[in-house]
Amino acid sequence: MSIIVLFIFVAVGTSYWWLWRNKIFAKPWLLEGTKLDTRDDIGNIGPSARTALIVFLAVVTSMFSLFISAYFMRMALGDWQAVNEPQLLWFNTVLLILGSISIHWCSRAAASANLSTVRITLLSTGLFTCAFIFFQLLAWRQLVADGYYLQSNPANAFFYLFTGIHGLHLLGGLFVWLRTTIRAFTVSDMEQTRLSVELCRTYWHFLLVVWLVIFSLLLST
Amino acid sequence: MAYVALADRGQTLFHPKTWVGKYIWSQDHKVIAIQYFLTSIAVGVVALLLSVMMRLQLGFPDTFSIIDPSEYYQFVTMHGMIMVIYLLTALFLGGFGNYLIPLMVGARDMVFPYMNMVSYWVYLLSVIILMASFFVTGGPTGAGWTLYPPQSIMFGTPGAENGIVLMLISLAVFIVAFTMGGLNYVTTVLQARTRGMTLMRMPLSVWGIFTATVLGLLAFPALLVSAIMLLLDRLLGTSFFMPAIVSMGQQTDYGGGSPVLFQHLFWFFGHPEVYIVALPAFGIVSDLLSVHARKNIFGYRMMVWAIVGIGGLSFVVWAHHMYVSGMNPYFGFFFATTTLIIAVPTAIKVYNWVLTLWRGNIHLTVPMLFAIGFIFTFVHGGLTGIFLGNVIVDLPLSDTYFVVAHFHMVMGVSPILVVFGALYHWYPKITGKMWNNTLGKVHFWLTFLGTYSIYLPMHYLGFLGVPRRYYAYEGIEFIPESAHLLNSGITISALFVAFVQIIFFVNMIWSFFKGKPAGPNPWNATTLEWQTPQTPPVHGNWGPELPSVYRWAYAYSVPGAEKDFTPQNEKPGKNDPGDPT
Repeated sequence: MSIIVLFIFVAVGTSYWWLWRNKIFAKPWLLEGTKLDTRDDIGNIGPSARTALIVFLAVVTSMFSLFISAYFMRMALGDWQAVNEPQLLWFNTVLLILGSISIHWCSRAAASANLSTVRITLLSTGLFTCAFIFFQLLAWRQLVADGYYLQSNPANAFFYLFTGIHGLHLLGGLFVWLRTTIRAFTVSDMEQTRLSVELCRTYWHFLLVVWLVIFSLLLST
Repeated sequence: MAYVALADRGQTLFHPKTWVGKYIWSQDHKVIAIQYFLTSIAVGVVALLLSVMMRLQLGFPDTFSIIDPSEYYQFVTMHGMIMVIYLLTALFLGGFGNYLIPLMVGARDMVFPYMNMVSYWVYLLSVIILMASFFVTGGPTGAGWTLYPPQSIMFGTPGAENGIVLMLISLAVFIVAFTMGGLNYVTTVLQARTRGMTLMRMPLSVWGIFTATVLGLLAFPALLVSAIMLLLDRLLGTSFFMPAIVSMGQQTDYGGGSPVLFQHLFWFFGHPEVYIVALPAFGIVSDLLSVHARKNIFGYRMMVWAIVGIGGLSFVVWAHHMYVSGMNPYFGFFFATTTLIIAVPTAIKVYNWVLTLWRGNIHLTVPMLFAIGFIFTFVHGGLTGIFLGNVIVDLPLSDTYFVVAHFHMVMGVSPILVVFGALYHWYPKITGKMWNNTLGKVHFWLTFLGTYSIYLPMHYLGFLGVPRRYYAYEGIEFIPESAHLLNSGITISALFVAFVQIIFFVNMIWSFFKGKPAGPNPWNATTLEWQTPQTPPVHGNWGPELPSVYRWAYAYSVPGAEKDFTPQNEKPGKNDPGDPT
């Protein structure tokens, strides 16, 4: 459980630090008036959506930390037999990195209101991501063909679990990507597109990091 | 009337035209809150009836043979799970969180109204899946609310065929619903507070609900992870948790898994869950005490720090639920220490509640009675918690009625008293009507004294060593006749308490139609939800302009002020201190 406790320390520590920055030591009964409230973005949808995404990513991180904690605890028991990971996973990693580069490019294009580049890079992001999921499924099939069944060993079960949960999160991301892409091609509301692309970018980078962590974990054990 | 121009928010609200759009597929946080209220209370009544059946069996095993041993375990399981998750979590966060957060921080609605609506419907789906398990072959799961493998998914445990599968799916669906709601509550508190509402001007109710939501968002994934892995063990034959085991004389295909791994994951969720229920109760009770004692809450800053402190600490105490599973003595020492440390901020809160009452202008209204009743039951349950937090005391008591008494005092009766107090307190705002005072007081005294007469004797049963989780106690030599008599008495009290809840429902329903108009602010409270232009508040909550907040939430009986309360949004006069703007 040390992984999840570590994550909780970071999360709780960050929250406390944020509260301290936001004057949790103030004495509210002393001062009246509205001037001490210095926020300038009350209720705007942009900062709200960004905040919600960050909180959601914390939830997902908590979940993956728990899976990884369980992974280490289960591994310590006697019957663990490591999986021989298919080489295809390296290729898939490159695909996911390309997807991340592509969405990053897209968000820079959106920042400079370059709609045609936004459209192209959005499409390439979707293409790389779909290819990643497709080849992940292919990697599953290779494993099955090599006799690494889900039930036969906990190492296999964790492999399918990690890659499956990661893939599901990508599918969720693709749903938002689809909405963003449709909007980018039909409505030329640059403000909305910029925000959506920016949120997608954060999510894609996050899932890339998650993948790199679990991939290195799977390789090293 | 509703206000469409919401330039002050940078977003627009969806205003439905039809009845269905307003009350069924509603995106209004107040309607969603009422949907949460009604659903969770309805499912709570089911859990209450289950406990009545269990008590009939325990108190009069020969007279009422309504349920058999399997059903007893199924009812124990469903009672526990429904009360903890589908009633209390949903009611405090989905119900009060939805109703109070936007009104108390001065927002027009939650930040993402559509996601808020989906959250309720997904919650309802989880309830339906859970209830469906009563009607499948084998019935609901009887594994105990902790769902410990291997027994929870082994044949022989009631509901191992279908009940456990539905339970795990329902929990996963509930977590999805909670996450959608929780993102809304957190984001609304962080981003949609109105001008002047700094963090330290928020009422403690909002602090409690907000912190509990953060805990839920970080802790519910642990339940999700354990549910997914247990489901894979049950359905696909993996061995995450399942050791090599013989079932019905046959060697199963399982092997090598660790049941203790499940316990770690489950309690990593399970302990924060206690505070997910307790922190909103702490916050709400602080506000009730302050309003009805006409006095500012004692030590507001300390109360806020205690809430966030308890929130952080609640993640490092989980293994105190697992002392009997066996662990390294140093771990036991560590978890006992953290458990006792968490008593410090909790005690600070209790002292501050009592000191708020000290020299206050106490109005013994119905909400106040429930709030004061809570202090009693919570101190009582909290003190037994300090006993049980020590490994050496926990080991002999863990399997007895002492633990049943402890967690029902601290997590059953205490939050429920706050729920009642809060419902009485905010009912006039939610419906615009006032309830019957006499019925309210009768309801309080019968519930308060009745629940005490259920759970106080259970402590003595626990000291006698009467084991919990048993279907019947005949023929156990060390249990004296007096314990059986006490058991019958507890059952009579339990039936009585369950029955008098009818008074509450009659009062609420009758008052909804025939109650006197309550006026916008019947308690002369300072917080924003009592300052809305209409009562009940309309969609969008505020008039054309959002309120501005000039002071903290506890300006009661300020020396030199004309009234004994100054609303948060009242402009300061010329002679007021501070920096009037």
